[in-house]
This record gives sequence, C-alpha cells and structure tokens, in this order.
Amino acid sequence: MASASSIAGTIASRLAQAVVVVAIVTTIVFVLIHLAPGDPFTSAMDNPNVTEAVRARWRAMYGLDQPLWIQYVRYLANVARGNFGWSFSMHRPVLNVLKDALPNTLLLTGTALVLGFAGGIGIAVIQATRPGSVVDRALGAGSMFFYAMPDFWLALMMMMIFAYWFPLFPVAGSVDPVMHEFMSPMGGLLDRLRHLVLPAVTLALLSGAAVARYQRAELLRVLPDDYVRTARAKGVGESRVMLVHVLRNALLPIVSLLGLSLPVLFTGAVFVERVFAWPGMGWTILNAVGTRDYPLVTAGVIVAAATVTLGSLAADLLYAVVDPRIRGH
Amino acid sequence: MRAHWTHQVMRRATIACVVLLAIVVVAVLAPVFSPYDPIAQPDIIGLKNLAPSLSHPFGTDSYSRDVLSRCIYGARISLSVAALATTIAITLGTLYGAIAGYVGGITDTIMMRIVDAALAIPRVLLLIAILALWNGLPLWLLVVVLGGTGWFGLSRMVRAQVLSLRELDFVTAARAVGASGPRILLRHILPNVVPTIIVAATLGIGHVIILEAGLSYLGLGVQPPAASWGSIIQDGADQLGSAWWISLFPGLLIVTTAIACNSLGDALRSALDPRESSVAMAELDS
Repeated sequence: MASASSIAGTIASRLAQAVVVVAIVTTIVFVLIHLAPGDPFTSAMDNPNVTEAVRARWRAMYGLDQPLWIQYVRYLANVARGNFGWSFSMHRPVLNVLKDALPNTLLLTGTALVLGFAGGIGIAVIQATRPGSVVDRALGAGSMFFYAMPDFWLALMMMMIFAYWFPLFPVAGSVDPVMHEFMSPMGGLLDRLRHLVLPAVTLALLSGAAVARYQRAELLRVLPDDYVRTARAKGVGESRVMLVHVLRNALLPIVSLLGLSLPVLFTGAVFVERVFAWPGMGWTILNAVGTRDYPLVTAGVIVAAATVTLGSLAADLLYAVVDPRIRGH
Repeated sequence: MRAHWTHQVMRRATIACVVLLAIVVVAVLAPVFSPYDPIAQPDIIGLKNLAPSLSHPFGTDSYSRDVLSRCIYGARISLSVAALATTIAITLGTLYGAIAGYVGGITDTIMMRIVDAALAIPRVLLLIAILALWNGLPLWLLVVVLGGTGWFGLSRMVRAQVLSLRELDFVTAARAVGASGPRILLRHILPNVVPTIIVAATLGIGHVIILEAGLSYLGLGVQPPAASWGSIIQDGADQLGSAWWISLFPGLLIVTTAIACNSLGDALRSALDPRESSVAMAELDS
C-alpha cells in the first residue's frame, strides 16, 4: 500500500531527524560544560592536601587530559550507550537515578496532559457554542488568568489553599513517608492518588488554559465553513453539529499543539515537582543543581530533551494519521 | 500595511496599555510610591511577619521588611530584566531568521536544524543548566543569558516569512535595479516582518517576567539582597501556612503584568495580521 509505505518513510526520516536533534543537544551540553569555569577536580575536590600531581593523575584517569575532540567523541559515544557517568550526590550511576525519576514525571505529566486537554477542549466547546455570551467571557477570562500564571506560583497557591487552609490533600511528596510501607495494596494506591491530585491539577490548569484558548479560536474558525451550514441545513441538531462536524475538524491543530505543549508541560513539571517535592526529573535535576552534581544535571537535560523530541515525533505521526493530506510530506 | 482595529480589540489594547503604563510609572518612581525602605529591617522581632494592615497593606516578611515597598522596587528589576532580555532575543531571532531565510540552501538547513535542537531543550532546563554551571551570575549576564535563550521560536517565524517574501515581485524588482543583498534584506524585506516582531516582543516580555520569577524562585536568578517579584515569592514560600501574604501579592502583580502583555500582544496580532495562525504563535512561547 502506497500510504502505508509513505507513513513508514515519514517515520524513518523523522526518527533520523530526532537522532540529529538529540546529538546537537548533547553537543550543546558538552560545549556548556567545557565553557564553564573549572573541572570536577578544581571545585568538587578542592582540598589543599591533594597535590597538583595527584589531581593531574585523576584528570588522566578520567580522560580530561585528552584533546577536546577525543573527549567529545567519547562523550557522544557514552551518551549514545546510555552511560551518563556517576552521580556524586546520589553515589550511584546517573542512569539509575534517572530511571527512578522518569516514571514519576511521566505519571505526573501524563495525568496533567489528559486532564488539561480534556478540560480545555470541553471548555472551548462550551465557549464556542455561544460566542460572546456571559459564559464565554467568564471562561475566557478564567483561561487568560491561568495562562498568565507562573507555574510555581500557582503550585504554591494550590498548596496554600488545599493543604494548609483546607487540609484536604498532603503538602508534599509522592507517598506518605512513614505510613505508606504499612498500607494494604489498595490503601497504598489511594495514598499515591491523594499525593498526585494537587501537582497534577496544577499542571492541568496551566496546560488546560492554553488548550482552551487555542481550541476556541479554531472552533470559531471552522464554524462559518460551508459543510457546517450544510449539516445544519440537513437538520442535524446543534450539539451534534458542534461535537461531530465542527470539533472533529478543529481537533487537527490540537494534535500539533500536543507536540508543542510537551516542552511547556515538562517545564511546568520542573517547578511543580519542586514545590510539591514530587520525586521526578525536575525535582532530581534541581536537587542536583543544589549539590553541584553536574553529571546528573547535564544528563537530566539531555534525557528531558530526548523525551520532548520523541513526544513531538509521536505528535507529528499522530497528525499524519489523523490528517490524510499531510502524508505526502 | 493596513491595521484592522475593531472596537473590541481597540478597547482591550487600551486597557492593557493603561495597566502596563501604571506599573511602569510606579516602578520608575519607586522612591515616591513606596511607603518604606525596601531593605530596611526596622524591628526583626516586633515587626516580623505582620499580616496586611493599613500601615503595611501587603504585610511584612520574616526580616520585618515591608512587602509592598519590596514589590514596588522589585518591579524595577522584574520589568527591566524582561525588557532588556526581550530586546536581545528579538534582535538575535530576527537577524538569525532573516539570514537563514534569505541565504537559503544548505546554510539555511544547518541553521534551522540547530534551532530545532535548541527548541527541543525545554528553555527552563537549559537555563537551569547554564545558571548552575556558572554559579551566581551578575544581573547583566542573567539578562544576556535570558535573551540568548529566547530567540529560537521567533527566528523560525522570521525565516518562514523571509522565505516567502524574497520570491515576491518587489524583491525581484529591487534586485533588478541592482540593490545589494544586505540592502534588499534590511530595506525591502525586514520592514514587512515588523508586525511579527512587535507581537513577539509584547508576548515575550510577559513570558520573560514569568521565566525570571521562576529562576529567582529557584535561587538561580536575581541574587539577594536585590529582589525581583520572583525572589519575594521565594521569601514567603517556606511559610505559606503562616505568612501567606509574602508570596501572594508579588504573584498577583506578575499575573496582572503578564495578562496585560498577553492581551496587548493578542490585540496587536489581530489588528496587524488577522489571519495569523494561533498555533504558529504558540511556538513563540518556547
């Protein structure tokens, strides 16, 4: 089948592009590390008892005395094999630290993505049904409000209201630090869900506001089209026109917004994880910043960029599946 | 180019301008408007963490400093950092995109792949990495770093416009008359990109205010005792349960400013180019 092979071709070329992008990201990170003042042995082991000769031997052991291009090739080769080095602060390989953190971030961002897109599209449909009405304006003001909000501040305010003023949810963490071990499987799951609510809803409000704004504009753009008038003329009910005819055609930009919103979601997760001490990628990277654990910081940035790239790749492919017109490209 | 100012767009832009102007005036005239010295610690025990009252409308923080005065002086730093960083970003993005689009070919491909890669790194993570590696940057370098990481989305849009503009008849005509490449780019093509640049700048300022606040909240941005709105929120972040006012008010100021910038940007966009795709503008956010 022609269309199947063209989809395979699209996947192959976009995958190749994604690899190039991740390679360039790795290069940027490598350049940053080497532009920064000092190396691991000037700052991390700055001890007058360690002589310069010993430091030189350490540098030789870690290959830091080699020409820059050899170091660069080695770095690329190591990253390609998933070897990100040793985390000084966690005393274990960086890869293992990130392996523990990534699922937590995916759980948080995944939940927020579903809630945010479902809520955002729902709100946009309500708005577009009666453009200019009081409901439309109120919801529009609401989404504008959340759209302009700093992620960390919304997280702090959610914590202030729903954990301090009305203690409905736990202040921080992903599980109860003491009791979780002793809970039944069901109780343990509930404990996790209770901890997930505030961070996930915070992120969902932020992404849902953006989705609602764009989706409303798209719906209003499609509404005057001829086929909408045709459907109405056929006697199709107003809610069916909205949900079947208009929404389906206005969903296309949402799919591309999905790809675009991934970096935003990841960024939001960094702050939300920090505020709620949610042990994901952002929390791990920020802790690594605090302890000057550079291998962990840089690896975190590379892995986050790779995740975002793969996510936008998935969104592009989804777009090709949803919109037959795009397949040739 | 013809602007499309509908009544509603006009009204929204006016309100946004008035709000922004008011904030800028208060920031510039900070000594006139602020009731107290923003860094004075009059009585660290007796006047500590006072709830909002008539004498301290925004309350006091844990060093007994007046939060309202700190917010007014903080506006100076938040606004000027954002304005300067956006200026840098706009300049870089326009030049880079214009050159890539005008030169074309393999140069264009390489330049745009680099932008793709840069866009793949979430900006905050890139900034965190840079600010962590160079610990405690002075304010002007923070501005440079914020500006230097904020032009990727714009460069893509400028390139796309230059790419289509350079095929138009008036460019061919300029070339036929013997105008040089740089002259065609600067005098004939770039003026047509100005609406995009203005919209990007307006939206960018609101964005950088939020970004700088986040970095300052993490302790990576503005270094104390200087304070931006973000660092004041950070001051209160550990005492949300007891002294909520420290974090609440500067955050409201950020939201107000950002809403004003976004509305003005939206209004300008719909006035200058009603057909601009909303998704394309979403790229400017990253």
